[in-house]
Amino acid sequence: MRLMLHIAFVVLTALSTPVWAQTTTLTIGVRSETASMDPHWSQFPQDKQVEDHIFERLVAMDHNSRPIPGLATSWRSINDTTWEFKLRENVKWHDGQPFTADDVVFTFNRLRAGIQGAIASPAFVLTNGNKRIEKIDPQTIQIRTDGPFPTMPEEMSFFSIVAAHKAANVQPSVDFNNGKATIGTGPYKFVEFRAGERVVVERNPDHWGQKPHWDRVVFRPITQDASRLAALMNGDVDIIDYPQTPDLPRLKQAGSRFAISEIASDRVIYIQMSFRDMEPFVRNADGSPAVINPLRDVRVRRAMSLAINRDAIRDRIMGGASLPTGNVVPPGFFGYSDALKVDAFNAEQARQLLQQAGYSQGFRVTLHGPNNRYINDQAIMEAVAQMWTRAGIQTDVSAMPRNIFFTEVIRGDPMSIPGFDVGKFSVWLSGWGTATGEATYTVRGLLESFNPEAGSGNANWGRYTNARVDSLSRKARTTIDANARLPLLVQATEIGLRDYALIPIHFQVNNWAHKITLVHRPRVNERTYAWDVSQKP
Amino acid sequence: MTMQEPEPSAEERGAVGRFARDFVKSNEAVAALLTFCAVLAVAILAPLISPQNPYDLTQIDLMDNLQKPGSRSMGGMLFLMGTDGQGRDILSAIFYGLRTSLMVGVLSGGIALVIGTAVGLLAAYRGGWTDTIIMRIVDLQLSLPPILVALVILVVLGGGAAKIILALVIVQWAFFARTVRGVALVENAREYIEAARGLDLGVLRILFGHLLPNCMPTLTVIATVQVANAISLEATLSFLGLGLPPTQPSLGLLIANGFRFMMSGNYWVSLFPGLALLITIMSVNVIGDRLRDVLNPRLTR
Amino acid sequence: MSQFILRRLIESVFVVLVMTLIVFFGVSVIGNPADIFAAQECDQKCLADLKARFGLDRPLWEQYFLFLGNALRGELGNSFQHGLPALQVILQRAPATLELAFAAVLLSVVIGVPLGMWAGLKPEALSSRLIMAISTIGFSVPTFWVGLILIMVFALWLGWLPAIGRGQTVTILGIELSILTWNGLAHLALPTFTLAIANIALIIRLTRAGMREVMFTDYVKFARAKGVAWSRILMTHVLKNIMIPVVTVIGMEFGGTIAFAVVTETIFSWPGMGKLLIDAIEVLDRPLIVAYLILVVLIFVVINLIVDIIYSILDPRVRLRAAQT
Repeated sequence: MRLMLHIAFVVLTALSTPVWAQTTTLTIGVRSETASMDPHWSQFPQDKQVEDHIFERLVAMDHNSRPIPGLATSWRSINDTTWEFKLRENVKWHDGQPFTADDVVFTFNRLRAGIQGAIASPAFVLTNGNKRIEKIDPQTIQIRTDGPFPTMPEEMSFFSIVAAHKAANVQPSVDFNNGKATIGTGPYKFVEFRAGERVVVERNPDHWGQKPHWDRVVFRPITQDASRLAALMNGDVDIIDYPQTPDLPRLKQAGSRFAISEIASDRVIYIQMSFRDMEPFVRNADGSPAVINPLRDVRVRRAMSLAINRDAIRDRIMGGASLPTGNVVPPGFFGYSDALKVDAFNAEQARQLLQQAGYSQGFRVTLHGPNNRYINDQAIMEAVAQMWTRAGIQTDVSAMPRNIFFTEVIRGDPMSIPGFDVGKFSVWLSGWGTATGEATYTVRGLLESFNPEAGSGNANWGRYTNARVDSLSRKARTTIDANARLPLLVQATEIGLRDYALIPIHFQVNNWAHKITLVHRPRVNERTYAWDVSQKP
Repeated sequence: MTMQEPEPSAEERGAVGRFARDFVKSNEAVAALLTFCAVLAVAILAPLISPQNPYDLTQIDLMDNLQKPGSRSMGGMLFLMGTDGQGRDILSAIFYGLRTSLMVGVLSGGIALVIGTAVGLLAAYRGGWTDTIIMRIVDLQLSLPPILVALVILVVLGGGAAKIILALVIVQWAFFARTVRGVALVENAREYIEAARGLDLGVLRILFGHLLPNCMPTLTVIATVQVANAISLEATLSFLGLGLPPTQPSLGLLIANGFRFMMSGNYWVSLFPGLALLITIMSVNVIGDRLRDVLNPRLTR
Repeated sequence: MSQFILRRLIESVFVVLVMTLIVFFGVSVIGNPADIFAAQECDQKCLADLKARFGLDRPLWEQYFLFLGNALRGELGNSFQHGLPALQVILQRAPATLELAFAAVLLSVVIGVPLGMWAGLKPEALSSRLIMAISTIGFSVPTFWVGLILIMVFALWLGWLPAIGRGQTVTILGIELSILTWNGLAHLALPTFTLAIANIALIIRLTRAGMREVMFTDYVKFARAKGVAWSRILMTHVLKNIMIPVVTVIGMEFGGTIAFAVVTETIFSWPGMGKLLIDAIEVLDRPLIVAYLILVVLIFVVINLIVDIIYSILDPRVRLRAAQT
């Protein structure tokens, strides 16, 4: 009996831990906590990057945010208002059921119905252009819109496809968090979600794509920056996102046990200003209210741009992790303009321009901005204030948490009433990420005039208006042919930025710190995927 | 209304002298007192003795950022304690930061003392419903943790010097009110108050002329403790991102900002302000301890 | 007694009501969560729809009464961030916080009482003066600073302890505890110590003061004169007398410890409800903030009530506060 038990024990141990396949685990320390495993819950990177291991989209994105085949293998526009997508064949859900067009239709319907309780749901993508789906055959779908819709492929990378047989009639979020509906087609399967603590996934051996290196992936949220780095150094995690910029030089040093992977992101950091007749936070040099808004003068705006030493900000504030720019979309993106150069630092010329504009005494402004939204946001503001003050524009800085900033900048003025927003600030720092990988939304949101009916200028909080930018951007938004659209976008951007509709500072360069034994290929869109990480050969 | 300063009697003068003699018997207390005086002097004289005005953006240069303690700026200025991420001289920032921290601590402690004392005296003097209602509010206030109350207030009101002082006053006044009421109640029953009432001396005269002086020892002790607490609480709130504006940092904010540089070996940005804060709070606490021993109000911390 | 409890309960309902009012309006005045949660690509129309769907476009008083109505039925609303009932989100994380707070209180007693007794027994000894000096530092040093210094020293330089997070847990009676595994204990060590520092200082002082008072009482002098061993005197007479104030203060400080865990949890990424509050504030997750505060106030009321009752049992001389007024 005893012998039998012994044998049974040996056999069991041998079965459970085969010597030929030691489990490889990757533990990722992430800055933000995953709120839900429901892929339609939010569009936040910290949620998306985790879900993307389990669920897939029709259109995926490569490392530079260019659309590549995902669950759809090809797409084309049939006419001005119809796009057709061919679906990948022989794809199976994690429970073995086949993936078909019905799942896509189901996903569309789920989103159209709205996800109960999800305040940041990507459902708005479908209302945008009133997208309607039609199943043509099990491997083909068509999407119709009210008008021409050139960015359809990019938008089909906004949300994941869920399983019709699993996600029907489930409680949003809850049944994805407990695993009931968390059946995807992706390279990893759901194992465990513990809010605030960790998310665990394991490799899906039946996935159609390339086999990722890691058997098991653990995401651990560590919000404190110093603690996150400590966890890496201590061996608690293998790779972390957003290492603090002051730590970069040391991590990069030769002989360090750690390495940095970096890539210029799609997030541009810029200064925006308000164009009202009188500005609450602009004063004359002697402190009296400025009767004429100096920010309306393009020479003043140009002076403000020239007075900023972007290289110094990169070297002294960002630890080298920024890409100074004169553009709003990063190099390589659809809509990037080669002609727009970075404004070289020139305090002398800035002073001259101010003088020409009639501000030889300078003036005073308060620079507002968030202090917990962008990398080193507050430090950048302080540095800009320093530079402007030297050039003659006495600048105060007022940094606040993002929860206060964003509402104030949109409608913080006492004149604001529902339906008629008036912003509070005069000059502020903000940021914009071109999540779609192309410039249509960026130009529409930042440079086009504020117009709720047209849905344009939704981040143009300073109410910059330029009729030429507007007409070019509007035309681009209805031009399906990419070759015709590109020059429209580039031209609109060039006109807007030469007029200093806003003052771009830099693109954030995103960093990851990891053990030196690992290799990580980073992505423009700030997301961390396990298949981008592998063991060094 | 005139408030005559009562002429100190020989006995009272003797009491003050005895108090001073008792106080200096402890070496620690004397050292703490001297330290605190030095800190106070630095805070008051900051604009005169600082090598640099850390709030004047024309005086600081990004190119001088994160210099080690003892290095020199491009303009030849000595950074005794190094510079922060913006090129600000840490020593100057500490001097000015002390100013802000002490101002917040002393001002909030002072206002809380005035309000608390007034309310406590009123409760003791009037008794009845006034007393019941006031003390219920005090009890409620004291049953909630200060950090949480202050946090909620700042979330609701937003940051800024005035608001943080307001938040600190709100979490502190009840301590004073309760203590004053307790002491005053005992005094209230004494004959001289009865006599004063009989003489129709006027409420204020009785309250401030007779009840208040008897509360002074206890109040002094609590006030010191509260000032120390307020400074520490302000630092914590600033660390959580709910305190003062970044351009005119208190010590707490300096420490919080410096944390970003701790891991990269630029320890001075956070360490020196931290030590300054520790020294300040400690000296106040040691003084408070000694005061308690000497004045011996029956208090537990 | 029952009258006393009843009045306490009525009072706490009042506190909760006032607090919901202040927090509800305050948080709403700061900003609109929709502005934070909406995607950049979500245009003005989309933003307006979003607000309408969550009732964030209605007048504030209307939102408040809606909330009160639901709250009376026990529904405190769903967290914007998590989409789950706010109370459930908090309760999920409560065990981690309670564990931390209990551990901190336990540690402060284990360290504080013996040190305090020693300092009281030999007040002039160098060791005692050192203990008192350290306790003053413990009082003075801000928690958040200690936390980071501890991480640097013990996790990074020495590498003895993990830097962050909660370790392995064991489920007992449906509650997950990390205190039962080595890994769990190692993770618990630094945050516990950080949280306990202020309490250690407090208990050292209380014990020392109590010790000195007791030492001069007649029965201790008498026992000494009779030649009873020190250890026996300490264990039988002294400890019992010291424990009364210590127990009271521990009880009262327990709530404060939970509140202060907000700071500790943020530094150590401890997945408790304190960190949840800070995260919720950052995105103006109003239902979560309100629910957390209601819960904490209730915990406080209950703790204070228990302390008062225990105190009156331990020391019959003390009448319940109700009798005073």
